[in-house]
Amino acid sequence: MRRRHMCLLAATIALPFLAQPAWANLVYVSNEKDNTVTVVDSKTMEVVKTINVGQRPRGITISPDGKIIYVCASDDDTVEMIDTATNEVVGSLPSGPDPELFVLSPDGQTLYVANEDDNLVTVIDVNTKGVVAEIPVGVEPEGMGVSPDGKTIVNTSETTSMAHFIDTSTHEITDNVLVDSRPRFAEFKPDGSEVWVSAEIGGTVSVIDNKTRAVTHKITFEIQGLRSEQIQPVGIRIAADGKKAYVALGPANRVAVVNTETYEVEKYVLVGQRVWQLAFMPDGKQIISTNGLSNDITFIDTETDEPIKSVTVGQLPWGVAISPN
Amino acid sequence: MTDIASRVPIGRSRFGVMNYLVCLKGILIREGLRYLNQRERFISSLVRPLLWLFIFAAGFRQVLGVSIIPPYQTYVLYEVYITPGLCGMILLFSGMQSSLSMVYDREMGNMRTLLVSPFPRWFLLVSKLLAGVAVSIIQVYAFLFIAWFWGVKAPPSGYLLTLPALFLSGMMLGALGMLLSSLIKQLENFAGIMNFVIFPMYFASSALYPLWRVQEASPLLYKICLLNPFTYAVELVRFAFYGQIEWTSLAVVCGFTIIFIAGAIIAYDPSRGLVIKKQEGGNN
Repeated sequence: MRRRHMCLLAATIALPFLAQPAWANLVYVSNEKDNTVTVVDSKTMEVVKTINVGQRPRGITISPDGKIIYVCASDDDTVEMIDTATNEVVGSLPSGPDPELFVLSPDGQTLYVANEDDNLVTVIDVNTKGVVAEIPVGVEPEGMGVSPDGKTIVNTSETTSMAHFIDTSTHEITDNVLVDSRPRFAEFKPDGSEVWVSAEIGGTVSVIDNKTRAVTHKITFEIQGLRSEQIQPVGIRIAADGKKAYVALGPANRVAVVNTETYEVEKYVLVGQRVWQLAFMPDGKQIISTNGLSNDITFIDTETDEPIKSVTVGQLPWGVAISPN
Repeated sequence: MTDIASRVPIGRSRFGVMNYLVCLKGILIREGLRYLNQRERFISSLVRPLLWLFIFAAGFRQVLGVSIIPPYQTYVLYEVYITPGLCGMILLFSGMQSSLSMVYDREMGNMRTLLVSPFPRWFLLVSKLLAGVAVSIIQVYAFLFIAWFWGVKAPPSGYLLTLPALFLSGMMLGALGMLLSSLIKQLENFAGIMNFVIFPMYFASSALYPLWRVQEASPLLYKICLLNPFTYAVELVRFAFYGQIEWTSLAVVCGFTIIFIAGAIIAYDPSRGLVIKKQEGGNN
């Protein structure tokens, strides 16, 4: 018995040394209440810089070449650009009023912004910094997803409880799919076959087939000891190999790990309070969650799905984007 | 032991290291055999912390909430927080149980066999202590093994790094038990140990709640917790799980171990010990 224990121990000692990230990446976190973006070194897991940005920064993303960070400054009605070489704000884009969340086309040329107050999706050319089109959508648009081929974007409108499929060549809505109450976020599978839409009040994630544009699965969550209304799915990220999806569950303080083949929750990872958005490290070995009410972010190992460390950032961290190197 | 005793003149102990080892081995084997013969003891020593883990911790999970305090790097469930405390609990009960067995041995006369050995008294007591700690550490690992399946996981290396911490804490608590056993006259008095030593030590410590939370509730209780050596044993084990050394705890645990062992040696010394004094008192 004892000898078996010792063997087990010896075998497990080597494990933690194997799963270290090779390169340090910079993690950019938008702090909604602080009007700042916190920059965290992913290797040392320490804050290296705090950048002042416009009022109420929420949605945040990075250009495919990793040179520019885009941040929605919701109360300033602009999208600000941060140069990742200097970590300074270098310019801004017109975004229409109250931009909350946006998505960048895969080629990095076009930004699709949800304007919560105006029931619009604004299409912006990042090179000319001009508005290309304004697409009327449902009430309180928020979630934005883009297909890997860039031909389709999906916008969710919170009050209408719909996912609107928009053709990016015509800027017209082609399909409207009814989902559960208060859809917050839309994420395409890396192969473009499905769109996952989270419903904050409904407490579910609807899986929509991209071909038929119909809901094929509904993922529900259940955590022992938590009331169902505390489980509010928001941010979703699907791993590059398409096998696992991570869903931030808001006030449940957990990130759900979902098997994309069985649509079953495999694990709930404990993170900070009111977990909102997620982002993968470029190598996919870690995923980072923003925990709004506890003012921190949590690094999660995607191999073991264990939380590694929580790092304090600014007040009310909302979104997160990670530079490639 | 009797072999050696016959070869070496009694009175002056001039034994080689090998002789000491033979003696130690004898005591270890005896303690091990006694342990193996008492399956109930093994099971009960596992059931106790497991009940706390499965029932108490599950219920308190939501009530106590989560916060990050060293050595934790991120949020932990209450089950994870309470586990080092439960390891300490196993060591504490085990230490006290050895004290119970000392009293039992004394009443049954087995103790005499041990104490008439020509080896120095301190060596016999420390050997007995080591034997008790070895047994209790096996219990701790059995508990951790089951807890692993319950989802209570420390970093894998922590399971090895915590071994010295468990050993030191076990020595401290075992020595305390030994010191107490010299004070108890009869087996029946063991219930007193339970009420006046085990429970206060366990509850007034950082085993169940983080000290900052205790301080919020009652500053007096917080001070009591800080005076309780068991708090430091638990913290030493807790930090060791994450590959860290809590130096204050280490110093306190080492200090108390030395004090308790010295106390036990003095108490069991026939010429000045408390045992003899008490017996005299009892005869009056």
